Amino acid sequence: MSEFFRFYGGVHPKQEKLASKVAIASAPLLERYTVPLQMHIGAPAKLVVQKDSKVLRGQLLAEAGGFVSARIHSPTSGIIKEVTTCLGVTGTQWPAVIIESDGEDAPADPLTPIPDWQEADPTVLLKRIGEAGIVGMGGASFPTQVKLSPPPDKPIDTLVINGVECEPCLTADHRLMLENPEQIIKGILIVARILGVKNIFLGIEKNKPDAVELMSEKAKGTPIQVCPLEVRYPQGAEKQLIYALTKRKVPSGGLPMAIGCVVQNIASACAIADAVIDGTPLYERVTTVTGTPLIAPGNWHFRVGTLYEDAVRLAGGVNEDPAKIISGGPMMGLSVYSLQIPITKNCSGILLLSPSEVNQYQSKSCIRCGRCNDTCPMQLMPGILSIQIENERFELAETWHVLDCMECGCCSYVCPAGRPLVQHMRRAKTEVIARRQATAAAVKKNS
Amino acid sequence: MQALLILLGTGLLIGLAIGLVVKFFGAESDPLLDAINELMPGANCGACGFPGCGSYAAAMVKQTAKPGACPSMSEETIQKICRLLGVSEEKRERKVAVVFCSGDDEKATRRAFYNGVNNCRDAMQVAAGAKTCTYGCLGLGACARACPFGAIEITPKHLAVVHPDLCQACGKCVQTCPKKLIRLVPASAPIHVFCSSPDKGALKRSACKGACIGCRKCVNNAGENQMRMNGFLAVVNYGDPPPAELAKVCPTGALRSNIPQPKSATLSDGGKNV
Repeated sequence: MSEFFRFYGGVHPKQEKLASKVAIASAPLLERYTVPLQMHIGAPAKLVVQKDSKVLRGQLLAEAGGFVSARIHSPTSGIIKEVTTCLGVTGTQWPAVIIESDGEDAPADPLTPIPDWQEADPTVLLKRIGEAGIVGMGGASFPTQVKLSPPPDKPIDTLVINGVECEPCLTADHRLMLENPEQIIKGILIVARILGVKNIFLGIEKNKPDAVELMSEKAKGTPIQVCPLEVRYPQGAEKQLIYALTKRKVPSGGLPMAIGCVVQNIASACAIADAVIDGTPLYERVTTVTGTPLIAPGNWHFRVGTLYEDAVRLAGGVNEDPAKIISGGPMMGLSVYSLQIPITKNCSGILLLSPSEVNQYQSKSCIRCGRCNDTCPMQLMPGILSIQIENERFELAETWHVLDCMECGCCSYVCPAGRPLVQHMRRAKTEVIARRQATAAAVKKNS
Repeated sequence: MQALLILLGTGLLIGLAIGLVVKFFGAESDPLLDAINELMPGANCGACGFPGCGSYAAAMVKQTAKPGACPSMSEETIQKICRLLGVSEEKRERKVAVVFCSGDDEKATRRAFYNGVNNCRDAMQVAAGAKTCTYGCLGLGACARACPFGAIEITPKHLAVVHPDLCQACGKCVQTCPKKLIRLVPASAPIHVFCSSPDKGALKRSACKGACIGCRKCVNNAGENQMRMNGFLAVVNYGDPPPAELAKVCPTGALRSNIPQPKSATLSDGGKNV
């Protein structure tokens, strides 16, 4: 590829991909799993099993609770011990079920496999994705079935597959590409069949040459174009990836479907292939457990509902007390204060940072250096915005497109004054959205 | 001399012109409105439901609003306005805001260190704050900054406290608190339960030494209907509040009177780097 794939702004954080050479292992069966009922964006799933009832691996636990929602399946066979709440990554309590494993791991009847997916009706394939409870596994956890059913007035002509993994430290997608390329290719072709597109790009950052080589070889004879991308964070962000590959710009406040694109993560593609070809619902994912305090960082196939505590134990435990625990990658992950949190469908990594790696910032005044403007991939002005937000001028922040902020963290990363810019943006986004909802409710009430 | 004459002459002419313009084209001023405007507190807090004191005064003169909607006006002023407007006055009860939490740094435990924007509403978005009790006061002063009357203080132990003598019950803090800990209650109520956690007693006790553990001692010792239990939380019936002496029975000190303390710390350093 001689083309120069890039986007505006971005930063080059240290890669620290400790587990990139560690093959994906299968996590041993645990005694109990805490399965949250909200592992996706949208309505929480509705529980369909009762307390003390017996469930089998892959059995339906909860039905989708609305149009934007996803099914949840049992990670193992056992007994529903309790219908309760558990601590979520947001620090709030999530509804959850606790399954006590019977040690047999007996599978339930799988969904009917569709081996002839190349000829199958796209609606059948789409229905299967919904039945298997697949959500975007890159982090946003948007129900895939909804993403793949664009409204008829938005024709889709391009499918972009995200194998970038631009977050430092994480290696789950990289390993998955090296170890299961055939299934990923099949998954991509299934998605392409559902959308009826011929234009398929698979973006991979150049720091994974082995994955680029392998995927290019496996993609021979298919319409998939493997594109090695410049190493620059956030290359894997939806809008940046689309721009780098197709030079199309998603309009402000719009979705990729507005410019005829759909983006899928490679882990989701793999899960789609599993669901369609083998009939396996989504109850397992590859998660990286990494960080310098860990004795043996690595990548594992974890079942959903595995507590972080068990994952850390699997990685050999810690040789020093971590100062920070992050769910996800270091740039966009959420910091959590407990290991009693279950792994969800969108948990791509668990990162532990040692005290020497964690900086306690003293936020100072903005010095108007403008470095945040140069790095913001959405071309916002984070520094000036943050000053307005500090003074609670949310209307102004709204007119300055604060809602376009994707919280990638580039501005905070480069800020020499150590300002918590992303936190300001996050606050403004919630306030603006709350205000819009209040206005909409008032308009509805008056009409 | 010539210059002085020109200056005086021009001054006189302009003065005359202005006087004539005011006499023939001047806006009619309502002496009633002016008198009421004089009596308004002038904080423009918006608690009456109007954009500011001026528009509320105008609405009262037009008889579209009643005196008494302003929470920061004294009884005496309301009576004066009623007399000016010639309407009968309505009795109303003075209210104050109370932060229903006892969890200062001494009593409440923390589960994490928070290093970020010094505002409760921002801290709330990072795993719901650093306190073990997810219902407790974060002590970063969002309410204190929202208060137009400077009635809320963040104590050096990082707990928001309302000074009842300064509070005008405008309700701005009630809307600002991300934990919904502040409510407006009658100022005459002698004691309050300073806890808002619906958790079980043992759980609350482990998170905060000042929590209401739901032991029911106050409910059993109070007069009929003066207090009741709401789950694991004792609640004062503000229609018929119990006497201040009841605070003695509370083992944790969650039930106590809202004694106005002198202002002890400036707001600017409230909650920094906790």
